[in-house]
Formats: sequence, C-alpha cells, structure tokens
Amino acid sequence: MSDNRSAWKALAPWLAVFVLLLFAPRFLPRFHVYLFGLIFTTGLLAVSLNLVLGLGGMYQFHHAVFYGIGAYTVAIVITKTALPPWIGFLLAPVVSALLSLAIGLICVRLSKLYFGMLQISLGSLVWAVVFRWYSFTGGDDGIHGISVPDIISSTDGAYYFSLILTAICLILMQRIVNSPFGMSFQAVRDNPVRSEAVGINVKRLQLTGMVISGAFAGIAGSMFVVIEGSVFPELMFWTLSLEIIIMCLLGGWFTFLGPMLGAAIIVLLRTFVGIYTEYWTIILGVVLMLLILFLPQGVLGYFLEKFNRSGMKPVQEEK
Amino acid sequence: MMLLVENLQKAFDGFVAVSDAQLRVEKGEVVAVIGPNGAGKTTLFNLITGQLEADSGRIIFKDENLVGMPPHEICRRGISRSFQIVNIFSRLTVFENVRVAVMSYNKSTFNLFSRAKDIAVSETEDILKSVGLFGKAGRISGSLSHGDQKVLEMAVALGNRPELLILDEPTAGMSPEETRNTLELMKLLSRDRGITILFCEHDMELVFSVANRIMVMQHGRTIIQGEPDAVRNDSQVQEAYLGGSDEGT
Repeated sequence: MSDNRSAWKALAPWLAVFVLLLFAPRFLPRFHVYLFGLIFTTGLLAVSLNLVLGLGGMYQFHHAVFYGIGAYTVAIVITKTALPPWIGFLLAPVVSALLSLAIGLICVRLSKLYFGMLQISLGSLVWAVVFRWYSFTGGDDGIHGISVPDIISSTDGAYYFSLILTAICLILMQRIVNSPFGMSFQAVRDNPVRSEAVGINVKRLQLTGMVISGAFAGIAGSMFVVIEGSVFPELMFWTLSLEIIIMCLLGGWFTFLGPMLGAAIIVLLRTFVGIYTEYWTIILGVVLMLLILFLPQGVLGYFLEKFNRSGMKPVQEEK
Repeated sequence: MMLLVENLQKAFDGFVAVSDAQLRVEKGEVVAVIGPNGAGKTTLFNLITGQLEADSGRIIFKDENLVGMPPHEICRRGISRSFQIVNIFSRLTVFENVRVAVMSYNKSTFNLFSRAKDIAVSETEDILKSVGLFGKAGRISGSLSHGDQKVLEMAVALGNRPELLILDEPTAGMSPEETRNTLELMKLLSRDRGITILFCEHDMELVFSVANRIMVMQHGRTIIQGEPDAVRNDSQVQEAYLGGSDEGT
C-alpha cells in the first residue's frame, strides 16, 4: 500500500526526534534537561491555544487561566487533600475543561474582540480570587514544595513525564485538527455566516473547541507543577496569556507545530538573554518587529511555505 | 404546500425593507422572485433562511413556523441556500467547501477522531461532478474565477441535500455561457432530483424560461404571484417593473 508507505515516511522523522529526545537526558546537562521539560510544557500550552486561535479563529485572549487552574488543581489535591496525587493529574484537565465551559458559555455569545475582552475580564476575576484566597490557594505567595510522586520527582523523571505527555497530547490534537470537527472549525473561522447556513451550530462548535483547548492547557499546567514543584498566581495572569499568543504568532499560527517552536524561542530567549539583562523583553520586542515585517506567517509558517508544504491550512494555490 | 410566507415584515432602524411579503411554493416547483433593485428580495430570502429575524408575519415550511429559528436549524429542516455575493470558505479547497456541508448533513461535524479525509468523499465528488467543478476540486476556492465561485455557491448548498433550494441571483456576474450552464443545472436539479427551487434573478429571459411561477415584489410588498403568462400580462407589473426603463442589474 503506497498510502501506508507515505504515512510511514511522514512519521519517520518524528519517531527519530522522539527517540533522540528519549535519550537526551543521558548526554545533556541537568539544566538543559530541565529547560527541555519547560519547553514541552510551554509548547503544549501554546499548541493548545492555537487550537482555538489559529484553527478556530477565536480571540482566546486569556488562555493562561486554564493553564493556571490545571496547575493549581494538582497543587491543591497534593497539598490540601488526602487523595492520591495521581487524582490531581486526572482532575487537572477536567477542572480546566469545566472552567472553559463556564467561561465559554458566557463568552461565545459575543464575537471577535468582544469575545476576547469579556474573556480577559472573567479570567482576571478567577486570577483575583486565586490571588487573594490565602487559606486555599496560598494567595500571592502561591504553593511551594509540592511533592509529586517519586517516579516523576527527579529532573529526569519530570522530563520523561512532560515528554511523553506532550507526545500523547500532540498526537491527539493532530487527530482533532484533521477530524471532521477540525475541518468544520476551520470553516467557521473562514466564514461563520456560511457555516450556519450549511447547518453548523457555530456557537456550540466554538464552545466545544474552547473546552478541548482548555483541557489540554490544564494538562500543560499539571506538567508545570511536576517541573517546577510550585504554583503561583502569575500562572494565570493576563500577561502570560499575551505571551502565549506571541508564541503562536512567532512560530506560525497557521501551522500545527509552529506554536511549539515559538514557545521554544521565547523560553530560550528568556533563559539565556535573561542572564545578561532583566530587560530581555527588549530583544523579544525587536524579534517580534522583525517577524511582523519580514515573516508574517511565523517562523515555521515561513519554512513550510518555502518548502511548499501545506501546514494546518493550505496557504498557497495548488499548481 | 411546501413553503408559505404570509404578511412578512422586516424593518431596519425605521427603514422598512420588507413590508408585506406573500409567497407560496409547492413541492417540485421552480418559483422566481423578481422586482427592481431594493424591492426586498434578498431580505426576504434572509428572513426565510434565518439570517434575519422577521418583525412580524409567518414563514411556514412543512407545517412548522420558521420565524425565530436560527439558520442552522432551518438548514437541518431541509432548506439550503446560495448567496448573492459569493459567500464561500475562501481559504479551503473547492472539495473541502462542499464537504463541510456534506459533513454537516451527515451529522459528523462533532466527530473528533475520525479522519476527515475519509468522510463524505463520494457524496462530495458526486456533487462536484454534477455541477462541473470536479476538475478543480483541489483548488483553493478563493482563487477561482467569479463564475466558478458562483457555481461553488450552489454546490455548497447542494451538500445539505435540500428539499428546498434557495438561490439568490445565481447567475449575477456570470458570462453568457456560464449563465446557460447554470440554467441547465437548475433545470436538471428540478427535473431529475425533484428539488424545489426558489430563486431571484434580474435576467428576465432566464426567469421566464425556467420558472413555473413568478412572484413580483416592489417596495417590499408582493404585487402578484402567478404563472409566467399571467405575470407578464398583469398591468400592475408592467407599470411597476417590466415596463420600467430603470431596471438595474
């Protein structure tokens, strides 16, 4: 079957990357292993945002809330309850999805910018509660020294946890992008009026997209707890949401893995330029300006276009 | 009676676009709505398919009142439409455009884990073949010529397997040849597939060659609905519309 063979051909490089990453902790210094874990986490977060932002064309302006709630769910289950820690990890995507549903039910009535603005206000409300509720969330101090299960508590353990979870989530999201739902979501992005006219319940579709995206953000949040061992309100502050949007734009928001690349660039910039100056965002600003002027498709979008491969949406006309 | 529109009214900020529309469409008919520019034809269609909500009046489709129903519900009940100004998924391919509608008809819109590639393929191909766009299936629809985009408009509407197909100026901006093809297609859909068609059009030749009955609108109200000959000979119509020299395109 030639169809099968080409599928394998497309899969092979990814398998190679995955195997390479599996062995990475053997030859990389500990700090780099930790950085990789952080990149996977942030990257998963960015890809999950792009599910609604790039695929669905929704102005999801406060995605960090769903990330933060996922992280806090794990932290609170571990430190405040007698439940087994794994319950926290199972609950994280569920709680994030439920919060997405609640915020989504209110927001999807509005469209475009109004949707985004309302989401920022509701998300900030959640942030404010977490920020002030000292007895439950630790307030502005957050919760520190969260003891995750032994098997994932070491740097390597945390790395493998985030690697495998990220791989699974990416495969799931890739399937969703290519599913009838994903196709319909793109149709709604392109033309909501026509989508309704062909019988698509646009609001319900957008709400479903938000819930799915929120659940994956919650998983990313739970990964953060494993890597950092702590949570704090900044995880759901609106500036982080802006940063995730920048990751998507930087990597290429019309590609599937672009946001992952964007996340890697930002994490590395912050880490390495951050050593020299606390004003590393100046460098980010310059990078962004250059990007908007010269690579409006994003970094990955640019390379995909250059090699004439279609990303999440076909940009070019077929010959 | 498939569709019955009674005393329909719609105003925008005091401007009455449709003041008193009456329309009857029997199953299997091809009905045309004609009238000068601004007569309220497109507004009438938008009211029927739910893009706009009527202020008063009734729209009965198969014994059910459609007023207040959202567009996707109306589509589910068997009415689909094309738009006067091309309104397609311009960043998707021709094939994907039609498939979105077919998937919606098949109720697979919310299917998360199948591959869209494997779904609704033969139905979509059939539709594209029947309208003559199969050879361009892989093209990004936004890059098609205007005429082809108008044809795709219809193809997308056919993806929902409508019982009633509403076409808003299906040949506007088309070349004479494309217009002829569209006319043939409409006849074919009506005759071979038994689809009831309601359309509006400025091309009188086309209207009189395909419509079983014609409804004439002026200033938002229905003047007459009847057989083509009766409409042609109606003095009110001649005065208001056909005789008028300021007919637009």
